[in-house]
Amino acid sequence: MSAAGGPVPSTAPAMAAAPTPAVLRAERITKEFGGLVAVEDVSVDLPEHSIVSLIGPNGAGKTTLFNMLTGLYRPTRGRIVLGDRDITRSRPDVITGYGVARTFQNIRLFGAMTAVENVMIGHHARMRAGLFGSILRPPWVSREERATRERARELLAYVGLPRTVFDRLAAQLSYGDQRRVELARALAAEPSVLLLDEPTAGMNPRESAELTAFMRRLRDERALTILLIEHDMKVVMGVSERVTVLDHGRKIAEGEPAAVRTDPRVIEAYLGKQD
Amino acid sequence: MSAFLDALRARRHTLAQRLPRWWNRALAGTLIVFGIVLPFFFPPDSGFMNGTIIAVAYAVMSLGLNIVVGFAGLLDLGYVAFYAIGAYSLGWFGSGFFFKLHIHVLVSPVARTLPGVHLNIVLILIGAAALCALAGMLIGLPTLRLRSDYIAIVTLAFGEIIATVAVNGQSVPVGGGMTLTAGNLGISAVDAPYFPGTGSFTLLDLRPWYWLIFAILLLVLFVNLRLRDSRLGRAWIALREDEVAAVSMGIPLVKTKLLAYSVGAAFGGMAGAFFGTYYTEVNASQFAFGFSIFILAMVIIGGLGSIWGAVAGGLTLGYINNYIIPDVLNDLPSKFGLHFQLTQVEFGIFGILLVIMMLLRPQGLIPERRRQIEMTAQITAEDAQLAEAPEGEVTVLLPPGEGAA
Repeated sequence: MSAAGGPVPSTAPAMAAAPTPAVLRAERITKEFGGLVAVEDVSVDLPEHSIVSLIGPNGAGKTTLFNMLTGLYRPTRGRIVLGDRDITRSRPDVITGYGVARTFQNIRLFGAMTAVENVMIGHHARMRAGLFGSILRPPWVSREERATRERARELLAYVGLPRTVFDRLAAQLSYGDQRRVELARALAAEPSVLLLDEPTAGMNPRESAELTAFMRRLRDERALTILLIEHDMKVVMGVSERVTVLDHGRKIAEGEPAAVRTDPRVIEAYLGKQD
Repeated sequence: MSAFLDALRARRHTLAQRLPRWWNRALAGTLIVFGIVLPFFFPPDSGFMNGTIIAVAYAVMSLGLNIVVGFAGLLDLGYVAFYAIGAYSLGWFGSGFFFKLHIHVLVSPVARTLPGVHLNIVLILIGAAALCALAGMLIGLPTLRLRSDYIAIVTLAFGEIIATVAVNGQSVPVGGGMTLTAGNLGISAVDAPYFPGTGSFTLLDLRPWYWLIFAILLLVLFVNLRLRDSRLGRAWIALREDEVAAVSMGIPLVKTKLLAYSVGAAFGGMAGAFFGTYYTEVNASQFAFGFSIFILAMVIIGGLGSIWGAVAGGLTLGYINNYIIPDVLNDLPSKFGLHFQLTQVEFGIFGILLVIMMLLRPQGLIPERRRQIEMTAQITAEDAQLAEAPEGEVTVLLPPGEGAA
C-alpha cells in the first residue's frame, strides 16, 4: 500500500453478478436518546460496490449510525432504504437476512463457541432447519448442516485464520484471530453490504495495510459494498472512494478523501479552531 | 517452551474434541441396555424401584429445565408450573374428574365403563407436552425484554400463580357442577397407564412404570442431543453468550427464546403427567415453589448446560431424596440415640450437599466443555445492559458506550 494513498479509482468490479444490487441509503436520520441527540439529520449513500468511510472524533455518533443501519436502534426520524426496500423499522435479524452484516468495535464473538461455530451462526439466516427439522434431522437438514460447517471452514481459511485454531473456543483466540473470525462470521451471512466498525483497532501498521488490501479484495471478489468506521487516516485515505465526516452527531463534510482531508471544517473538528 | 505448551494444549483440545462423539455414543448404548435390564435385579415392588422411577422422572424434568437455563441461559424459577400443568392434564383427561363427560379413547375395559374423560396415557403425555409448550410461550412473552435476574422474578411469579390457581381451582366452575381443579383435596382415582397387551399398571409391580418413564427419558434425551448440535441449539447458545451479536447475525430473538421455553416446558409437562398417574393423585399441595429450586439444583449439580450432567443431577438428587434418605438411612439418627428421622431434616441435608458441591466442584458432576473452559479461563464476557433510551426506541439491549460512541 502506498504511504500517501491517493483515492483509489473506482473501477467497477468485473464479476458483479448480483441481480438486484442492494445499495444502502440513510435519508436524513436522527436518533435521540431522551434529550440527547446522538445523530442529527444525517444522510449517507452507499453506491454499489464502493467503499465508504465514516470518520469523526469520539462521540460523533458513528456507531449509533451503524446501530440504526443494522436495526439495533430505530431512528427517531428519517428513513433507511436497502435497495428498494424500506428497512427503517425492520428487526436486526431481518435486516441481516436482507443482506446487511456487520462487525463490532469491541469484538463481540460468542466466547464459549468455537471459531467454526461462530461462523456457522453467521449463516443462521440462510438456513432452514426449524424445531422439528433439528430434532428429526431428515437428510436435507444433515446436508444443510454439513454444507454450513464446510462453508464456515472455507471462510475462516479465506480470512486467514490458521487451521490449527478452527476448533478452538473464540475466547481462547488471539486478538488478531478474533478479528478474523468476526469478519468471517459477517461474511457467512452472505451480505451484499458489509459494515465494519473500526476493523483496524489494535492492529500494527503492517496488519492495517493487509486489511486494507483485503477490503478491496472483498469488494471485488464478493461484490460487496462496504461502509467503514475508521480512525486510521492512512487506511481511510487508502481504501475509500468516499468519506463522510460526522461531528457531534451532524454530518460536516462528505466527498472524496483528498478533498475531505483539506476541508477546514474537518480540520477544525479534529484539531480545534485555530485563531 | 510456550510453543511446546501450545502444542500440548492444541493436542488436548483435539482429543477433547474427538472424545465426546465417541463418548456420548458409548454412554448412550450402555445406558440403554443397563436401563432396560435394571428392574430384573430388584423385587418388583421394592423401595429401590420406587426410588428409581422417581429419579428417572426427575432426570426428565432436569433435562427440560436444562434447555431453558443451561442452553438458552434464561433463569427459570417457576418450572414447577409445568409439573402442575402436566399433572393436571392427566387429572383432567385420565380420571372421572369431569364426571358429566363420557369420553374414552384406547383405555382399559374398566375405565371404559366409568364416567369422565379417559384417554390413553400416550395421548395424555402428548397433550401435556403440547399444553406446557403453549404455557411455556406465555411465560416467555413477558420476559423477552428482561435480563437474568428479572427473568427469574417473572418466572417465579408465574410458578406461584399456577400453584395458586391449582389450590383455588376448586372454586372455579367450568360448567355442569364441575370445577377446574380439586385443590388440596386432590383429583384421585386417576387412571393407571394401560396398553393393549399389558393391561393396567399396578403398584404391586413397578417394572412397567419404570419402563414407561425410562422410554420417556430416552425420547427426551434424544431430542436434547439432536437439538444441541443443531441450528436451533447453536442459536440458543449464541443468545446466551451475546444477545446483541446474536440478533445482528440474523437470529430472531423472540422466536428463538420462546422455542427454548416451549421445549423445556414440554418435557416438564410429560414428567408431570407421569407423576400424576404414578402418585395416583393430582393434588395442589404437590406444586410448591421449593420444587422449582429442587429441579434447578439438579441442573446445577449436574453441570449447567450439560445434557449428561442434567441426567446425572436428576438421578443423584432423585435417589437421595426418594431412596437413600427415606429407605436406607432414615433410622440412622436413632442408632445414635437421637429422636428424629432423617426425612425430617432432608432439606438441611440437601443444603449441606449443595454447599459442599459448590466448594469442591462448582462446574457440576459432568460439566459441559464450554462451561468448564469458561470457569477455568475466567472469561469475562461483557454483560449487556439496557442503554439509556426511552421505551420502544431500542429493539435490543446494548451495553453502555456502544450507543454513544
